Amino acid sequence: MRASVRLIAVGAVAALTIGAAGCAKSDRDSGGDENTSAAGGTFIFAGAGDPKNFDPIFNDDGESFRPIRQMYDTLVTHKPGTAELVGGLAESWSNDATGKIWTFKLRQGVKFHDGTPLDAAAVCANFDRWFNMKGEAAQSQMIYYTDVFGGFAGSPDAVYSNCKAQDANTPVVTMTKYKGAFPGAFTLTAFSIASPAAMKKYDSDTVTQNGDSFSYSAFANEHPTGTGAFTFGGWNKATGEITLNKNPDYYGDKAKVDKMIIKIIKDENTRKQELRAGTVQAIDFPAPADRKALAAEGYKVLDRPAFNILYLGINQKNNPKLKDLRVRQAIAYALNRAQLVQTKGPGGAKVADQFLPDTVSGYAPDVQKYDYNVDKAKQLLAEAGATGLTLNFYYPTEVSRPYMPNPQEIFTVLANDLQAAGIKVNGVPRPWNGGFKDDVQQFGKQDLHILGWTGDYNDPGNFVGTFFGRGKVEFGDQAMAEMFTAIGKADATVDQAAKKAAFEQVNRDLATKWLPAVPVWHAPPALATTKNVEGLVASPLTAEEFNTVSLTK
Amino acid sequence: MVRVISRRLIQLVVTLIALMTLVFFWLRSLPGGPVDALLGERATPQTRELLTRALGYDQPIWVQYGRFLKNVVTGNFGNSIRTGEPVTDVISRAFPATVELALGAIIIAIGLGIPLGYLAARHRGRLLDNATIIVTLIGISIPIFFLGYLLKDWLTQGVHYFPPSGRISTGLGNTDVTGFFVLDGLLTREFDASADALWHLVLPAFTLATIPLAIIIRITRASVLDVLDEDYIRTADAKGLRSPTIRKRHVLRNALLPVVTTIGLQTGALLAGAVLTEKVYNWGGLGTLITDSISGGRDYPVLQALILLAAVVFIVVNLLVDLSYAVIDPRVRVQ
Repeated sequence: MRASVRLIAVGAVAALTIGAAGCAKSDRDSGGDENTSAAGGTFIFAGAGDPKNFDPIFNDDGESFRPIRQMYDTLVTHKPGTAELVGGLAESWSNDATGKIWTFKLRQGVKFHDGTPLDAAAVCANFDRWFNMKGEAAQSQMIYYTDVFGGFAGSPDAVYSNCKAQDANTPVVTMTKYKGAFPGAFTLTAFSIASPAAMKKYDSDTVTQNGDSFSYSAFANEHPTGTGAFTFGGWNKATGEITLNKNPDYYGDKAKVDKMIIKIIKDENTRKQELRAGTVQAIDFPAPADRKALAAEGYKVLDRPAFNILYLGINQKNNPKLKDLRVRQAIAYALNRAQLVQTKGPGGAKVADQFLPDTVSGYAPDVQKYDYNVDKAKQLLAEAGATGLTLNFYYPTEVSRPYMPNPQEIFTVLANDLQAAGIKVNGVPRPWNGGFKDDVQQFGKQDLHILGWTGDYNDPGNFVGTFFGRGKVEFGDQAMAEMFTAIGKADATVDQAAKKAAFEQVNRDLATKWLPAVPVWHAPPALATTKNVEGLVASPLTAEEFNTVSLTK
Repeated sequence: MVRVISRRLIQLVVTLIALMTLVFFWLRSLPGGPVDALLGERATPQTRELLTRALGYDQPIWVQYGRFLKNVVTGNFGNSIRTGEPVTDVISRAFPATVELALGAIIIAIGLGIPLGYLAARHRGRLLDNATIIVTLIGISIPIFFLGYLLKDWLTQGVHYFPPSGRISTGLGNTDVTGFFVLDGLLTREFDASADALWHLVLPAFTLATIPLAIIIRITRASVLDVLDEDYIRTADAKGLRSPTIRKRHVLRNALLPVVTTIGLQTGALLAGAVLTEKVYNWGGLGTLITDSISGGRDYPVLQALILLAAVVFIVVNLLVDLSYAVIDPRVRVQ
């Protein structure tokens, strides 16, 4: 008997120790919570993924941009809570009649975190650094630069020419050609201005290749140096915590909290549980299904104004019937989008009648709307001789995007609507990575598909131009020349008012004359915070600045 | 003994080489690659081409394989495609997390499993025995992620007995010595950090322990029952040995052999279970790393190293189990 007693005793002691540690801790922690909510204090925000590094130019995803945005500023930025352009590091900006020369008037007295001044020379050093970046390893990581600036030194497609300091506070950037993306693209977090001294000291441009991957510099990993409201306090990768400290010398509104910690929690359910347990004060991307419950429990749910689009893409290549505008219109009439938004849409979602949200310039309030009308759909199909049409409808699996929280459910509803109008739907699920994107965007195997886009900056070209500005396999038609020309022309208009008008007309024509796809909804992702978080302004571009956040008792 | 160990080590090397080759080609036969995953919606033909070339994926697969072998032999596993950190850094950070979790689980499983199994056998057919059988059946059949979410819902929401996720409270985990948070706190005399880490360990370790625990109870029970029926127990009884002596020296010692084998085999199950447990509890160990590396962009260098590491752990643990037979059973030593 003795041996078994001893074994049981060991087990019991182990269990008790663990239990006791649990009790001791839970008492201690509830005491700790009150301390953190004292004046200033630490704001803990649950992010959804690991950042890559903290050198703005080498990044292109929201999880990297979140901390980067707190530490750096851009020349032009957005009025909080909107997509409206306002001065950032530059108090004002202007371009000449050709649209090629951009003159910025810098804010005076701004200093980088290392104490060096922000002046025209520093701004030009950043532009020159991007343009002259050496090595494919580094260049391949500059996704936004390649996209906006076309190419690097020596490339015939390069948009950038040079940058000169007119005086200490006036950098003048000259482009080789006019590009519609500006000035909107100057707000991109990837084009944040970094301290030239720190970049030199910490060897920022050294991206080395090791096997089939890259490693970044000390600047990108340990010494990011910008002008932002927070300075870098470290990234503890073992616990998934990025610490940002208040920058006491910030030129704008100084941070109200002393410290901000971005805690990385990849699972949305776990983020919600941590919020409920009071261990974090704000979470990004709560699951759309949890939205109501969280609001009912007294948490603040902040909807971002819409800056994305989900569309039903139509590929005109495989099925000749789809070349007929009437058939595409029938598809649009067949969809009960209002009901889809109500039943499957995340909070704040609304039906889309064009391919950009109303926060973007060029949105036309008076486009033709295809309200749900099955009879009209059937009639149009009959007129086009397309009754009994069968379509292959591709949709992605293993993915969730802010504009598309659950592709499978969205597909089911849309497919049912189409069937009700007499269109036979052959659903083809494909995994997002390794199937869907290749089949849809490279091989064009589908007749219909769902896909979407989140905007990068306030420019209609960034939405409409991305989809329909040139022939794409996705929509299967190289021949919609009229559409490509119209969008190209609108994009090339230098005068901002004329450009806005041109894109409004493009949007009207997209709805009535071309209808290359059917816009479905705008579905903004939300934020949720505990009751004691004040001053957080949700940004349509997911570009929240946390210096305005304070914690009340 | 030395010969046994050296033979096992040679086996280990051969297994690893075969596995490495298999893993290399298997990973690259999967649809979708790092380029698309990294670029997402923003993949233009131009950026796609640039990145493919920069990553070296435009070269023939044999060239890539040769480069991979050369790197592995020289101990260079490359850098993570997602973060650019050396793979060895990424893994040595995640490894202690998983070991801490697995040790916690195995301590719970052994600490509770062997005594309970033994008691069930001693009380065969009675209430305790039947209750144990039912509970272990539930323990084996309940999926880890379901149990994990259930425990979290009961014990971390509304009532805050335990933290919902993570290895340590935010802001406390700055004492990185060994990467084992419970141990680090003790080493640096920050006992509150240790207690906090232990407090975070309870639910995940228990979740991960359920299946091995149930199996250990079952095996211990069956094994003890077998031994109790042996002639030598009756002989020991007949020659008048005291009951505690019989139990300790004859029953338990003989009954432990199959249990130890089971514990070794459960290592594999623990590693697999860790993937799910870590996902549920945001644990940040090897399991999280595996899922991130697959879903977050086919991070080949990390995946390759992880699979090799899992194989090494599995083989080494089973070698240790074999060696422990010699300690438990003198007959093995003689052979």
